[in-house]
Amino acid sequence: MRDGVLTEGRPVRWTLLGLTLVFLALFLVLPLAAVFTEALRRGVGVFLEAFADPDTQAAIRLTLLVAAIAVPLNLVFGVSTAWAVAKFEFPGKSLLVTLIDLPFSVSPVVSGLVYVLLFGAKGLLGPLVDDWGFKIIFAVPGIVLATVFVTFPFIARELIPLMHEQGTAEEEAALTLGASGFRTFLTVTLPNVRWALLYGVLLCNARAMGEFGAVSVVSGHIRGLTNTMPLQVEILYNEYNFVGAFAVSTLLAGLALVTLGAKSLLEWRYGDGLARTRRH
Amino acid sequence: MSVAALRGWTSSHRSFREPSALPGFGITFGFAVSYLSLIVLLPLAVLLARAADLGLDGIWRVATTPRVLAALQVSFFISAAAALVNAVFGSIAAWVLVRYEFPGKRLLDAMIDLPFALPTAVAGIALAALYATNGWIGSLFAPWGIKIAFTPWGILIALIFIGLPFVVRTVQPVLQDLDREVEEASATLGASRAQTVFRVVLPALLPALLTGVALAFARAVGEYGSVIFIAGNMPFVSEIAPLLIVTKLEEFDYAGAAAIATVMLAISFLALLAINGLQAYSRRRLGHA
Amino acid sequence: MAIAIRAEGLAKSFGGTVAVSGLDLAVEPGELLALLGPSGSGKTTFLRLVAGLESPTAGRILFGDEDATHLSVQDRRVGFVFQHYALFRHLTVAENIAYGLRVRPRRERPSDADIKRRVADLLDLVQLPGLDRRRPAQLSGGQRQRVALARALAVEPRVLLLDEPFGALDAKVRRDLRRWLREVHERTGHTTLFVTHDQEEALELADRVAIFDKGGVEQVGTPDDILDRPATPFVAGFVGEAVRVPVDAAGSWIRIGDHQVRTPGENAAGPAELFVRPGDLVPATDPATAIPARVIAVRRGGAARRAELLLTEGLPAVEIDLPAGHCARKGDVLPVSLATIRLFTSR
Repeated sequence: MRDGVLTEGRPVRWTLLGLTLVFLALFLVLPLAAVFTEALRRGVGVFLEAFADPDTQAAIRLTLLVAAIAVPLNLVFGVSTAWAVAKFEFPGKSLLVTLIDLPFSVSPVVSGLVYVLLFGAKGLLGPLVDDWGFKIIFAVPGIVLATVFVTFPFIARELIPLMHEQGTAEEEAALTLGASGFRTFLTVTLPNVRWALLYGVLLCNARAMGEFGAVSVVSGHIRGLTNTMPLQVEILYNEYNFVGAFAVSTLLAGLALVTLGAKSLLEWRYGDGLARTRRH
Repeated sequence: MSVAALRGWTSSHRSFREPSALPGFGITFGFAVSYLSLIVLLPLAVLLARAADLGLDGIWRVATTPRVLAALQVSFFISAAAALVNAVFGSIAAWVLVRYEFPGKRLLDAMIDLPFALPTAVAGIALAALYATNGWIGSLFAPWGIKIAFTPWGILIALIFIGLPFVVRTVQPVLQDLDREVEEASATLGASRAQTVFRVVLPALLPALLTGVALAFARAVGEYGSVIFIAGNMPFVSEIAPLLIVTKLEEFDYAGAAAIATVMLAISFLALLAINGLQAYSRRRLGHA
Repeated sequence: MAIAIRAEGLAKSFGGTVAVSGLDLAVEPGELLALLGPSGSGKTTFLRLVAGLESPTAGRILFGDEDATHLSVQDRRVGFVFQHYALFRHLTVAENIAYGLRVRPRRERPSDADIKRRVADLLDLVQLPGLDRRRPAQLSGGQRQRVALARALAVEPRVLLLDEPFGALDAKVRRDLRRWLREVHERTGHTTLFVTHDQEEALELADRVAIFDKGGVEQVGTPDDILDRPATPFVAGFVGEAVRVPVDAAGSWIRIGDHQVRTPGENAAGPAELFVRPGDLVPATDPATAIPARVIAVRRGGAARRAELLLTEGLPAVEIDLPAGHCARKGDVLPVSLATIRLFTSR
């Protein structure tokens, strides 16, 4: 430490550091290690075999499909919301920002439940949807809706504080130099937020692929059809196919690690390109 | 519509927002509000409408059936306990990560966000495997007759995991921005290090700490994925409220599910209110969020 | 190529607050006009109205003979230099300067070679050759300000607008840039408006100065007009470190506390305000007209020695500039007389 006045005595320091390391090891490092060791408990062969299961493969495909729909939707929403909220003043702005955060404070199970109440067999629009010969609940559209709901705030949340912090002077400069509004957005606003945008997309994607509670409620757990990877983990685990469950988990854990790695890299390389105050 | 009425409309429309030379407010704002309404507000309104059908006494009747009440208590009290554990260890971790230098610090700092990024189902089975009587940690306690996984202790473990980043990540930036001169001033005025920490530093961190605790609590009350694998899910003992919603849905008891969901929404709403209040308070008192 | 700018009855309010109201101002072609006033006087809002960054609630803006009131910001062809530069942080210096040329529709866009040449010329003009590949973050404040000006000049603007161009710089850099801006203006000949709250800067740099207060223009004139012939009490009080002293006027006499002073002209009878600048007072040569003032503080500022004087107990202290060698000390009585009398009778 730099300065004697501004730090604690050596015993205190070592105690605090030790407590932190034990706590974080217990709750972060060991669970992560457990995923990989359990998956490989009976060797690499058994581990790889788990991915030969057609239902598992279907779950992987469905997860990719759902993320491929949900992430772009929330990307468009996040960017346009951030533009409106960060660059303009209007009444009710703080209400709008609070409402964007709403999915964060709703239980994932409730997020799924609201769509069942809306589109389920006994739901408000259920019979109507049924008449059209269209299935939302216990089908892919319901899974997409629940995923969109749960991952809804991520990109907007990354962009709003940063775009607010950056103000409107650069955009105004571009306008005085003759650039059109859209051109200004493309050549000035977007480059200035690109790293935050990238991180928002990564986080949104990780959550979209990993969502369990909300998807579980609307999916109906139909093997090979409406099971995403997290749901497949649950099914395999409940069947005591632990290696299979942990094998699928390694993919999701890997995704989480890549996301965290990208976040650290972005913060380290492009610290100013991310908002300073961020909340999940 | 008459011209005058039309003009009246456009002028009031124009004054809705502060004028700006930047274009695109109408389309982006319109899209944001429509999308928000369709995806979030409308479905939540349907839930509230369902609950309104039951009426307050209907919700009360569902919420006070012994099994539901027990589940709500389990969710509420264990979430509170987990938030408190995180308040202590999360603050210590934030302190260590901001103030001390040690090898592997950057890695550890990055790991803090793991519970945000790791799918809850994966966290659930990993924690269950660790804390089961034959797991790495569970086997250490088993000889003493202590069971962790598949008891309420398991729920506590899962909820600590889920809430861990909230406290660290709200306290950390405030601690980072804390003016070191204030601590130097305290030292020059004769305060010991402990006095400085407890009388100067901690009060400055308190709003952020409380915010982090409230966030962790709100998240824990609603948590489902990580808990159900480790809880054992015994009615009256280790059954959480979100699981009961799923059970009601499987029985096609939509009204019962909506009633429990409404109670949980009310709890998260109160937590959210507390968070906003805290932030307004800290902005007023300390001049920053 | 330089054009006149005219504002007629211009008004602008934000929500309920009035920023500019009933503002008339004529800017001559090719002149360098400073907009000077206290903060909140509406000068920046006026500049943004001219640029088209705000739209007026009432009134017109003319560029030459063309009504520019409803022209979009892109079509106005103004060069705007922002207070905090607003450089595009993800682009290099050269890319920043070229931006306005590159966003033009293909038909009007110069060739890459022309753009390159133009950027190089501008970098020479702003005396930053060789910095074309730097990014804004790698430049000093003064360098950023020069890049911002080059970027604004690149589009061959019809008018150059600068919002507190030197506000964020330290004193030494400010002085250098001030001289340099004057040179650039003389070389390029643009009609130029710049906002400042530094009167020394406005008076030294501008051809004419417009004094703003409470959303309107109090006076427009050359620095000499503003300093020597202030049109309103506000202008008299705002420029030249003046102290406001309440007096009683009657005919060609005014009474300052216990003292009678003769004035050159006739004044309406009644209470009035005398604006006293440090240069207005001189040590008295004629004992008959002298006011015995009490020295309450003396301090050394630059080449002169400045003393604070009480003309009469109960009146605000006024200041006088004395030669550095003057021996006045705190507590002395110094006979002084008023060399210049700046009087505003309250109607």
